[in-house]
Amino acid sequence: MTISLKPSNSPPEKLQPTGWLKYLSFSLDHKVIGLQYLVCGFLFYLIGGSLAGAIRVELISPLSDFMPREVYNQVLTLHGTIMIFLWIVPVVNGAFGNYLIPFYVGARDMAFPRLNAVAFWLIPPSGLMLITSYFINGAAQSGWTAYPPLSITTPAAGQIIWILSVLLLGGSSIFGGINFIATILKLRRPGLKLMQLPMYCWAMLGTSILVVLSTPVLAGTLILLSFDIVAHTGFFNPSLGGNVIVYQHLFWFYSHPAVYIMVLPAFGLVSEILPIHSRKPLFGYTTMVFSIMGIVVLGLVVWAHHMFTSGTPPWMRLFFTIATAFIAVPTGIKFFNWVATLWGGKISLNAAMLFSCGFIINFVLGGITGVALAQVPFDVHVHDTYFVVAHFHYIVYGGSVFVIFSSIYHWFPKFTGKMLNENLGRFHFIITFIGFNLCFAPQHWLGLNGMPRRVAEYDPQFQLINQISSVGALLMALSTLPFLWNILQSILYGDDAGDNPWNALTPEWLTTSPPPVENWKGEAPLVLEPYGYGEKDSNKTQEGMK
Amino acid sequence: MTSTVPAEQSSESKKDLSTEEHEDFRLFGLIAFLIADGMTFAGFFAAYLTFKAVNPIGPDAIYELELPLPTLNTVLLLVSSFTFHRAGKFLEKNESKQCQKWLLITGALGVAFLISQMFEYFTLPFGLTDNLFASTFYALTGFHGLHVTLGSIMIMIIWWQTRIPSGRVNNENKFPFEAVELYWHFVDGIWVVLFIILYLL
Repeated sequence: MTISLKPSNSPPEKLQPTGWLKYLSFSLDHKVIGLQYLVCGFLFYLIGGSLAGAIRVELISPLSDFMPREVYNQVLTLHGTIMIFLWIVPVVNGAFGNYLIPFYVGARDMAFPRLNAVAFWLIPPSGLMLITSYFINGAAQSGWTAYPPLSITTPAAGQIIWILSVLLLGGSSIFGGINFIATILKLRRPGLKLMQLPMYCWAMLGTSILVVLSTPVLAGTLILLSFDIVAHTGFFNPSLGGNVIVYQHLFWFYSHPAVYIMVLPAFGLVSEILPIHSRKPLFGYTTMVFSIMGIVVLGLVVWAHHMFTSGTPPWMRLFFTIATAFIAVPTGIKFFNWVATLWGGKISLNAAMLFSCGFIINFVLGGITGVALAQVPFDVHVHDTYFVVAHFHYIVYGGSVFVIFSSIYHWFPKFTGKMLNENLGRFHFIITFIGFNLCFAPQHWLGLNGMPRRVAEYDPQFQLINQISSVGALLMALSTLPFLWNILQSILYGDDAGDNPWNALTPEWLTTSPPPVENWKGEAPLVLEPYGYGEKDSNKTQEGMK
Repeated sequence: MTSTVPAEQSSESKKDLSTEEHEDFRLFGLIAFLIADGMTFAGFFAAYLTFKAVNPIGPDAIYELELPLPTLNTVLLLVSSFTFHRAGKFLEKNESKQCQKWLLITGALGVAFLISQMFEYFTLPFGLTDNLFASTFYALTGFHGLHVTLGSIMIMIIWWQTRIPSGRVNNENKFPFEAVELYWHFVDGIWVVLFIILYLL
């Protein structure tokens, strides 16, 4: 059962596009594909962010005066779908996963390079399809959850395009997941054991298991939903004898794990960044691994906590409350491990570290409101209010997006061979952190006082808080400018980074910046202690180091 | 179970550092995909069973399905799994003619299943949109039928590729054969579950 791999079956070098053109090609190089994911995701982030801006402008005043209600519904649906399926999921999984995982397992490419390229190239067309649906009779109006009967009664064209686009993105995600599982489990460099892998590999393994197990269920559900819309079957249509609750169960069977698909890779990335910038080994490697796997198992059995107001029977409420409370345990273990990693370290407060610390703070706040929301008596009161909006954004923006920025600051020298401007990066962090908290912290108050989400109009008593929130959103929008300027400036005129500007021990830094095709000039280095910082004899474990 | 590589590649591997020896993980990747595919079916089954348990469908709305035809279908698919396995045995022994014969029988059984399924569709007293049960019935069997269709096409491709001497699938390179065989067994397994849940329960 052995196979000899020529890792790149790509066309001869003289036929391949060079320079920036290769980023527009069907390249099989995992590093090119990773950056394709990253840049493509960031462009969609700008679009999704503009839509969020439109929502916050609308909510400055209690009346729907900036845009009609139908348009507001389309904007919030597009905002949610773009941010989840086209920005966070592809970037934390596809971008950093594709770039880093082959380095971490000591391989020259992913297990299935062609499948990898296919998975990426499904994304731009489905994203464009989704956005253009706005111009064809209007986009979907039923939110990113597409609950029937709302999704059946709103205009069909937009909803069907939404379904097709999410199906394509789900397919891309499944292909990626299969590839990651095969790469991590089967393509490791000989001599490298699973428990010696950097933590991001474990995070991606767990995430990919969730992707493979749960995304197909969403696909099946959306196929049934499209039958309801196009062929007028009655799966989820109560007037034809269907059952909307079944849709909710199937939808959340994917969409709760989807939260972990968005945040587990972020956990992994933070676990790579913190040890390097505090010059200490990652605290509690084994507990980290077990808590990731614990989150994977528990993450599959907590979905109905999204449905406490959907007439769920008491035993179900009890079970899902307890399961959800349990998931706080492995998450808490990880949080304390990060804090312990920082404790007593030689911390450099650069932009990557600041964003990672920002992540830890935001994620704890989002986690606490998450535990609160898992309690039925509380959830029944704040369900579908701005409290949920605030909680969710603390997890996915304060959590995942902060980590994405942290990772960009951390790995940009590896991607390009150029250093970013640290002061601009710190400035970016400060505005983002203040803007984010100003935008979303007041929304807890709005939710507790009963302002429903997804509605263009609200009671005038909420106006002041909404305006504060909109100021925060404006700061978040402005914070993108120093970041973009920094990237542009550094690519053109940045200082040379050298191969290993952070003195890191993980394998991606043991090659040139940017790395050559096939990652290493010679044999892949065998890194047995990726976190051996601050220990006297850590160098002897770094075999194959140049 | 070794899948060897064309000579010009393996001779290179000694000096070319970018070529590495690995276990053949291609079937592993396929298994991961089949697990994902199986989860799609699991979602459909879960939906069907919940509909059946929860939704108050009147006695006239649920039809008694005729059993003979689907039983015949089950037999067709189970036998085809066996014949595919038989073809694999001959491939291992390098008896290409016999292998091709059994592959052809397998493909014919697959097509016979599809025709029989089609016949059932035409004779059933209900259509896609008649009620919840009818919709779920057609969605489940249709989605499975799509798998059988794809499988039959792939069996025909494998059949064409095992021809002597110019076929590309043989004792040396039998991953394509194994992949389609695994997929076919998977589709059969799904049918057995579907048959029990849809027709017998």
